[in-house]
Amino acid sequence: MTATADPAAEERPIGFGRLKRKEDPRFIRGQGNYLDDITLPGMLHGAMLRSPVAHGRIVAIDTSEALAHPKVHAVITGSDLEGLNLAWMPTLSNDTQAVLATDKVRFQGQEVAFVVADDHYAARDALELIDVEYEMLDAVIDPHRALEPDAPVIRDDLENKTDNHIFDWEAGDAEATEAAFAEADVVVSQDMVYPRSHPAPMETCGAVADYDKVSGKLTLYETTQAPHAHRTLYALVAGIPEHKIRVISPDIGGGFGNKVGIYPGYVCAVVGSIVSGRPVKWVEDRSENLMSTSFARDYHMHGEIAATNDGKILAVRTKVLADHGAFNSTAQPTKFPAGFFHVFAGSYDLRVAHCSVTGAYTNKAPGGVAYACSFRITEAVYLIERMVDVLADELELDPAELRLQNFIRAEQFPYANPTGWEYDSGDYEKTMRVALDLAGYDELLREQAERRERDDGGPLMGIGLSFFTEAVGAGPRRHMDIVGLGMADGAELRIHPTGKAVVRLSVQTQGQGHETTFAQIVAEELGIPPEDIDVVHGDTDQTPFGLGTYGSRSTPVSGGAVAMVSRQVREKARKIAGAMLEADPDDLEWEKGRFFVKGDPDQAATMAEIALAAHGTIELPEGVDGNLDGEVTYDPPNLTFPYGAYLCVVDIDPGTGTVKVRRFIAVDDCGTRINPMIVEGQIHGGLTDGVGMALMQHIDFDEQGNCLAASFMDYLVPTAMEVPDWETGETVTPSPHHPIGAKGVGESATVGSPPAVVNAVVDALSPYGVRHVDMPCFPGRVWEALDAARSSSRGAGS
Amino acid sequence: MQVQMTVNDQSVSHDVEPRLLLVHFLRQTLGLTGTHWGCDTSNCGTCVVLMDGEPVKSCTVLAAMASGREVRTVEGLEVDGELDPLQEGFMEEHGLQCGFCTPGMLMTASHLLEHNPDPDEETIREAISGQICRCTGYATIVRSIQWAAEQRRANRAAGNGGAPTAAETEEVRS
Repeated sequence: MTATADPAAEERPIGFGRLKRKEDPRFIRGQGNYLDDITLPGMLHGAMLRSPVAHGRIVAIDTSEALAHPKVHAVITGSDLEGLNLAWMPTLSNDTQAVLATDKVRFQGQEVAFVVADDHYAARDALELIDVEYEMLDAVIDPHRALEPDAPVIRDDLENKTDNHIFDWEAGDAEATEAAFAEADVVVSQDMVYPRSHPAPMETCGAVADYDKVSGKLTLYETTQAPHAHRTLYALVAGIPEHKIRVISPDIGGGFGNKVGIYPGYVCAVVGSIVSGRPVKWVEDRSENLMSTSFARDYHMHGEIAATNDGKILAVRTKVLADHGAFNSTAQPTKFPAGFFHVFAGSYDLRVAHCSVTGAYTNKAPGGVAYACSFRITEAVYLIERMVDVLADELELDPAELRLQNFIRAEQFPYANPTGWEYDSGDYEKTMRVALDLAGYDELLREQAERRERDDGGPLMGIGLSFFTEAVGAGPRRHMDIVGLGMADGAELRIHPTGKAVVRLSVQTQGQGHETTFAQIVAEELGIPPEDIDVVHGDTDQTPFGLGTYGSRSTPVSGGAVAMVSRQVREKARKIAGAMLEADPDDLEWEKGRFFVKGDPDQAATMAEIALAAHGTIELPEGVDGNLDGEVTYDPPNLTFPYGAYLCVVDIDPGTGTVKVRRFIAVDDCGTRINPMIVEGQIHGGLTDGVGMALMQHIDFDEQGNCLAASFMDYLVPTAMEVPDWETGETVTPSPHHPIGAKGVGESATVGSPPAVVNAVVDALSPYGVRHVDMPCFPGRVWEALDAARSSSRGAGS
Repeated sequence: MQVQMTVNDQSVSHDVEPRLLLVHFLRQTLGLTGTHWGCDTSNCGTCVVLMDGEPVKSCTVLAAMASGREVRTVEGLEVDGELDPLQEGFMEEHGLQCGFCTPGMLMTASHLLEHNPDPDEETIREAISGQICRCTGYATIVRSIQWAAEQRRANRAAGNGGAPTAAETEEVRS
């Protein structure tokens, strides 16, 4: 019999462990404070007029009727902004984007004019009174078409721009990869599209701008995942001094990357407040959110994989055409225009790999990197995990065995991959075997074989695997920046005289539970109970500078910062304890929450006693000032590389092509788990995203560039009916370079799950000769693939 | 036009535009911002409130249509400082992350448990299928509702459950 833990301690760990969230009491009472909940005295309301066409020249805008509306205070157009030098703004990829269109509109839903009125009903009424005359231009929707020599030029605002090409970028060794392909027994290739998707957080984007004409101070409430980066950008672009800008990010109703960028609506709210002299609120509606804010993916990929006959993978390579929409506004480190796509060699011990990516403009909404993707690792993992299955199909090998045969082995870490990454730690085989055991893989294979044998017209069963390696926690700052701002994060910790604490973060929670987990990191390091630690974030006037929350970087970067600042404070506490106990600080031992004299545990000082002494009257050691505070900026030495093994079981109705996810097994290794409950929650959410992208979600367009998924009627996201009860497992392989060994987990499941679902769908159809189905695997698409395969096999048989 | 209704047991009366939606009446006129708005098409369910005990999407109900009726919002779940078991369940089982869909989920779930004190997983999933959560993947919401159902049954067995549920009332009637 094992000793039973103290139930109270289990309920409320002082440090890591399952802990109910500190933020929940306000949310379950309806007392959260989201952007649209903010009401300021005298506040006006903004609404955005958007382009109904995807590509058109603006001939004339008549705002006179709208201005005559009794409740309208201002109507702002692009030409008004030109006078303020604000008609265009820089994007996070060093391109420019129109705040309000002046010359042309370049996608359906583009911002054209902004109305400020007494209430939002009136503001919307006034939109109807604005008359815009457009000269229609041919829209370019297909990125392949965009690169043809005679394609209409979308970005004629750019000097000397005569085509729709944005960039060419490559990674890896093309020549060595070619040589490996030349000598391989087997080469298989596959075209695949990672379709355009959208994060669609439940709360849409919005801002409340409050410009004080007397002090010249702008207080800007925004739905932003990166308040500090936003403030700096506003200072650089709008010319408002940075110390006169306060960006406040209140409770955020989900972000998933959708709330990284600066949107024209935010800028217009600011201008509206300056013009009207009153606070202005702007909140987009769902259609605006889906049509105009950061989409994700739209990667058109050609993959090739080379191997020996017995299944040793030698090399992979890929050519990608990346559709960036009308403005190149993806948020990613400057050096990497395709994000971290070049991690696409995945979890396998390959000698060589090569990728080349070309970016193109189209008449579609800008964005590109958003949606829990860890800077394009979603696309990379999808490519390699589909290619491994394609190879398994070619060689008639079991996909699990093929993966196990080719994994990077535990003893090879840290592992230098062929495209320049150094994976920090891992034991892939172990994690894979845990997943296969949890799933009952052999039993599933038996069931599948029996069903196929029976061939009774029942559901087609598919088993799909994926194994992903992520690269998260950008910086290091010497390699990674967003528009010149190094990707480091600050943390400030203050222990009050009574031993309670406040920790201030530069990152911004959107539901990840930072108020809980970051308190737990301090608790783990200092022994102060989490409930005694206040976590402050989302206000640039109250928190240190840092790049914010996206790319699963909060725990790897800000978590590192909080651990390091806690240790800094602990070392200061050691010196003060030495003075209190009249002992050499080096003779003190640390036990969570207190220092004691080595060999004499009764001679001790608790953190609360030390905090009081620090602020009290004792003579402090030389060089120690009278507080118990600390601050650090953490620049991570490397990224962290969480990974996982996923297995999906689907049943497909052969009559309709409808895919039902019967089971989903996810075994994640994200290193140290600060709060296992929150980690699991993050994984569950990501798995749901993955099933959504694989089966349902698609931002599609017609030939004229009309968005066909502009509401939740057409853009289908999973409900409780489309997803199973998740089966999760874990292995724990700490990051060797992270202060607490944590790797980050927010996007793992979004990255890892889509290939598992698609591999399962294809596996179900494979007896009929189907080798690939593009996402989303809509019933119609699946049925057509099945029908075509059956027809061709009937044709071949006759 | 004048609308009058009971919101969380308080009688309210306001002069409003006929086109004003109930969700905006609650949020803007009454300042009850716990009820959220998330789409324009009755798909997302963040705006669910109870009207005469039935869950409705308040973005698709005019304030005028709610006149003379009884409305309950998430702010009305806690009674005399005592949380509803559902509110506790969502905290216990991590049934929320960003919290935006939570009020609507809670209101729908409270209707479910009023009519079915012991719903199975499928029933719960179907009950919340008119609502979208982008964070949790639903499994923990299901568990939260199961936790609350169990708690409510335990409370009732202990004799401190208060008024009978609608299901019990129906049983008595039949």
